[in-house]
Amino acid sequence: MTETLFEKIWNSHVVVEKENEPSLIYIDRHLIHEVTSPQAFDGLRANHRDVRRRDLTVATIDHNVPTTDRSLPMIDETSSTQIKTLEKNCKDFGIKLFGINDPNQGIVHVIGPQLGITLPGSTIVCGDSHTSTQGAFGAFAFGIGTSEVEHTLATQTLWLEKPKTFEILATGKRKNSFAITSKDIILSIIKQIGTDGGTGHVLEYRGDAISDLSMEQRMTICNMSIEAGSRAGLIAPDEKTFDYLNHRKYTPKNYDELVDDWKNNLMSDANSKFDKSFTIDVDKIEPQVSWGTNPAMVSDITGKIPTPEEFGQNNEIQIESAKKALLYMDLKPDTPIIEIPIDRVFIGSCTNARLEDLKDAAEIVNGKTVNADVDAMVVPGSQMVKMEAEKLGLDKIFKDANFEWRESGCSMCLGMNPDILKPGERCASTSNRNFEGRQGSGGRTHLVSPVMAAASAIAGHFVDVREWC
Amino acid sequence: MKPFTKIISIITPFDKANVDTDQIIPKQFLKLITKSGFGKFLFYDWRFNHDGQEKSDFILNDSKYCDSQILVTNENFGCGSSREHAVWALKDFGFSVIISPSFADIFYSNCFKNGVLPIILDIVKIKKLLQYTEKIELDLDSQKIIFGDESMNFEIDSHRKIRLLEGLDDIDLTLKEDEKIQHFEKNSSIVSIFG
Ligand code: SF4
Repeated sequence: MTETLFEKIWNSHVVVEKENEPSLIYIDRHLIHEVTSPQAFDGLRANHRDVRRRDLTVATIDHNVPTTDRSLPMIDETSSTQIKTLEKNCKDFGIKLFGINDPNQGIVHVIGPQLGITLPGSTIVCGDSHTSTQGAFGAFAFGIGTSEVEHTLATQTLWLEKPKTFEILATGKRKNSFAITSKDIILSIIKQIGTDGGTGHVLEYRGDAISDLSMEQRMTICNMSIEAGSRAGLIAPDEKTFDYLNHRKYTPKNYDELVDDWKNNLMSDANSKFDKSFTIDVDKIEPQVSWGTNPAMVSDITGKIPTPEEFGQNNEIQIESAKKALLYMDLKPDTPIIEIPIDRVFIGSCTNARLEDLKDAAEIVNGKTVNADVDAMVVPGSQMVKMEAEKLGLDKIFKDANFEWRESGCSMCLGMNPDILKPGERCASTSNRNFEGRQGSGGRTHLVSPVMAAASAIAGHFVDVREWC
Repeated sequence: MKPFTKIISIITPFDKANVDTDQIIPKQFLKLITKSGFGKFLFYDWRFNHDGQEKSDFILNDSKYCDSQILVTNENFGCGSSREHAVWALKDFGFSVIISPSFADIFYSNCFKNGVLPIILDIVKIKKLLQYTEKIELDLDSQKIIFGDESMNFEIDSHRKIRLLEGLDDIDLTLKEDEKIQHFEKNSSIVSIFG
């Protein structure tokens, strides 16, 4: 019988299987952060339970951290309490923590791959929905709630219903592979399959247009699987994957042996059957900009804001959501996307704050200045990304252009730290969610690629970035 | 967890689609380190004005619904962030049942871990329920919603149903499988992070 990549990973991790019931699945990697873990550790304490596999568990601090000077005391007491709580929990339970001043601190989904903790063929969980990022390495990586964090800490397993499989086949070649990025590919996919198109399914991205992408670009795609409703998205590993993970801090000692095994096993068999399938031709993709309050409300850069009826196409619920979204976003139908002015630019988040993202954005910014009406900031995904970028002089390019250059963390992706939009402010953001109030109560988010964010910062409005390179 | 019992309550009609967990509990309230006390922040930006005053036209501020334990809503409820705080807030506010045509995966699974029952019904049935203003009876054991002289059945995975009805602790149940977990650990090549 043929099997898909996902089914192979699933089958090799089943601990208990009973008919018509969830299966008990073994977890190879558990990553922890400060926001979704305190109650889980409390649960362990209350029931006198211990962490089963410290050697498969690591923690970092990312959601709450200030991105300004970290030698100063934190102003926000509740954030500080949450951070101290994680520090204490890791100490009490003997878990390795990449703390606030650690050179390996960073957004949890950025540091996993960067440290070689993420491995092909493995099962990876974290109390954060964008764990799907790590599926780019051919892993079954998915977000969990706090009860499941506690369950994983105590048992290193989870009860899961087997998801269905959904093939996303990306064919063709991007017309301008600098201006049209993997962010534009995934936004186009979500625009077409919808925010619940992948619910109950694991996505497998396949095809030449996917193999063509670098590992960092693949991570951007898998990252946003959850925005299409899929708990996980994955890509079969290849030479690029194996090269990326080689010689990292925690790359396993028997790496070559593992690679041989992965090469033979980690792919969907020819003719394997997916429960659903969708094909996208990347030739036709333009730079994308979201205009609404969910990640399926997206337009081509050459397009206009649609009327609710155009967007909803006879679906009452969608028409209503679009009306509400336009009101919240203060946008009128038929406005050309390139005429929308912006107040803020955020280059950051686990979607688009890796070295390549910053390099590409810097190439656009080099020698130019941020528009006088715009405040722009760059928040690297990890301290390591920050250091590497500084080695290349990217910080200087950004600072010379009047971008702020910050310490790493989630920052304005969700605004749990002081980095937030003011009510009514409009932001071009490289993050992943444009929900109402996501970046600050009353703030308006437009999701874009790093090069689009950079060019818009200079112009003061959205631009067709293909004309900039 | 307390065993899930029969519920008799009016429903709160909340006819919205794609309600994301950022709306259910906005990020500024995720900093608490306990599981309780989230109810007062439920749907914060929809319930309160910038000055902290209640918005009188928001349904959860209508005193008619203050004892309601059943929220009836529209498709893709609970999408977005995995924050379990969303379920804690709904539960703490008083909801034990959420009825929708569809739920986001992580939210759906988080409900069961906290004694909240998510029920999936087709849109025709949802529309009917949204109109119904009297108390309804919800019986998990027989998988029935009874309203007036009518009733409708709902589907639920039998395994999850038993866990809710008996209020079983997931971790206790899993630890009964400890031998199998140990067997798995012995027989597969699990790669430790630290070599
Ligand atoms: S960067 Fe944003 S999406 Fe990513 S983990 Fe942080 S808060 Fe979540």
